[in-house]
Amino acid sequence: MIIRVGKFKMTSGEFTTIAALTILAAFMSLPLIFVVSHALKPIDELFLFPPRFIVRNPTLRNFQDLLIATYSLNVPFIRYIFNSVFVAFCTVVGGVLLASLAAYPLAKHNFPGRHVIFIVVISALMFTPQVTAIPRYLVVYQLGIIDTYFALVLPGLAIPYALFLMKQFMEQIPAALIESAKIDGATEWTVFWRVVMPLVTPAWATLVIIIFVGTWNDIWAPLVFTRTESMRTLPIALQTLISQGSVARQGAYAAATFIMITPPVVLFTLVQRRVIATMAHSGIKA
Amino acid sequence: MAEVKSSGTEAEATTQPRAVAKPKTGLQRFLAQYGLSYGFMLPYMIFFFAFLIIPVGVAIWLSFTYFNMLEPPRVIGWSNYRLLFLEDDIFVLSIRNTLFFAFITGPVSLSASFLLAWFINQIRVRTLYALAFYAPSLTSAIAMAVVWRIVFSGDRYGYMNYFFMRMGFIQEPFLWLIDQRTMLPVIMFVMLWMSMGNNFLVFLAGLQTVNTELYEAGKVDGIAHPLQEMWYITLPSMKPQMLFGVINAVVLMFSAGFEISLSLAGLPSPLYAAHMILSHLYDYAFIRFEMGYAAAIAVILFIITFGIGQGALRLLSSKDE
Repeated sequence: MIIRVGKFKMTSGEFTTIAALTILAAFMSLPLIFVVSHALKPIDELFLFPPRFIVRNPTLRNFQDLLIATYSLNVPFIRYIFNSVFVAFCTVVGGVLLASLAAYPLAKHNFPGRHVIFIVVISALMFTPQVTAIPRYLVVYQLGIIDTYFALVLPGLAIPYALFLMKQFMEQIPAALIESAKIDGATEWTVFWRVVMPLVTPAWATLVIIIFVGTWNDIWAPLVFTRTESMRTLPIALQTLISQGSVARQGAYAAATFIMITPPVVLFTLVQRRVIATMAHSGIKA
Repeated sequence: MAEVKSSGTEAEATTQPRAVAKPKTGLQRFLAQYGLSYGFMLPYMIFFFAFLIIPVGVAIWLSFTYFNMLEPPRVIGWSNYRLLFLEDDIFVLSIRNTLFFAFITGPVSLSASFLLAWFINQIRVRTLYALAFYAPSLTSAIAMAVVWRIVFSGDRYGYMNYFFMRMGFIQEPFLWLIDQRTMLPVIMFVMLWMSMGNNFLVFLAGLQTVNTELYEAGKVDGIAHPLQEMWYITLPSMKPQMLFGVINAVVLMFSAGFEISLSLAGLPSPLYAAHMILSHLYDYAFIRFEMGYAAAIAVILFIITFGIGQGALRLLSSKDE
């Protein structure tokens, strides 16, 4: 059976799939809708009970309130944004790079200790971070990097999750492909950059998104590893802002949540093309 | 050990083609053969060692001490562990809750995220759908608790109560977040909704690496239905991603339920009905400041997670062979 929707033709199966997916997508995107709608609510709607999901009289007043509230901070607001962006950027670049470099030999070379290293990495993934937080603080303290950008970036660079993911994807690359590149005279370094990394583009693009979102929302590291106000990141700044004021700051809080969530959404829409764009797999043959 | 010895910089190591110089000693031969592999891993391993291995080691040591964060840790042997299993009834309860939670949400979350990724991969307009399914991962659990508390509110204005009373299923408002029969299921529901994002994304990426020639070959061999194609071609081809997804789901289910439990049911939850292993850990680490005891809980949690992770891997790989 063929269903026509405007110019598009589709089978009834496709139609059902898309309809079901749309309903589910609407349900899953409730948080985004709520955050956007909440940020636009005038004060009377913010406190309405029962709460209204979709705003009725949208206003930009909350953003104005947030802007005014930021004047009370000792550090210009732009500094928090810079800190957040800078730390997230360094962590993403460093984290993806280190994990990819380490994953390559684990997936494609044969050397003593390979299996043990992998098991240790997986185990580290499973150890509760809450308990290691204090020892980690001591390491950062001993290194003398408390209250610097190093303290915000370096502890987050070795991500077991990232290494594991990259290794799994690199395992799928046929050994013959790497061998033939080497026969053509490529060094391991060239093979890594020219053959391996392009083939696992969906994997590192995925990591870019996941690591960025994690670092961007992280409130723990800046809270523990920094002391001066000028080193703090956006989530901390917003939280202090909110905790200063009481009821009147609810609007500013809603606006702040909106601002927090915008960069991840933008990054996602930019990068996801690389996650799901089917690549020309001319080289991959199982 | 070996990594430290082979600490030649990457540039050095890579510019030398393999096995040019005639190796003399055993160490040199070893380095010529494997040095490059270790060199690639060295940068990661330095940070891994400093910020993960050392802290984990210290935490394991702390589990054998009494440490209240004010005085220096005092070694007390196995006493923390003995206390945990023999006298702490609430801990045993939290293990039961966590296992129940993990064994239902884990498999459901894993299969749902794969199916979603697979469906999205079938259709042409993907961006918006992908964003929608990843959306819950973009927001934090604490921020979204505001919404869920309204949805499951115990009065007649809560969305859930409003809906069910309107439909005539219930007469009185139901206390979703206080009644011990519904507390855990509600947390599991929220968890499912929140947890799919990362695995969904990984599977979506994994689907791109499936060799398209296999599908053509499958058609020749008589695979007609897309579901057959998924079962016989896509799933086996994505084995590395599936293994990753399984481990990821196990880790997530044993740790993440706690944040939701904390924000929706509180700590301690009524009658400990939503008490997770991590809730117990949090209680001792950050409320009672008994870090040694909390570390012992972490070690037990690690052993459970590791055991179940290994078990799941073995199950998955034996099924394929």
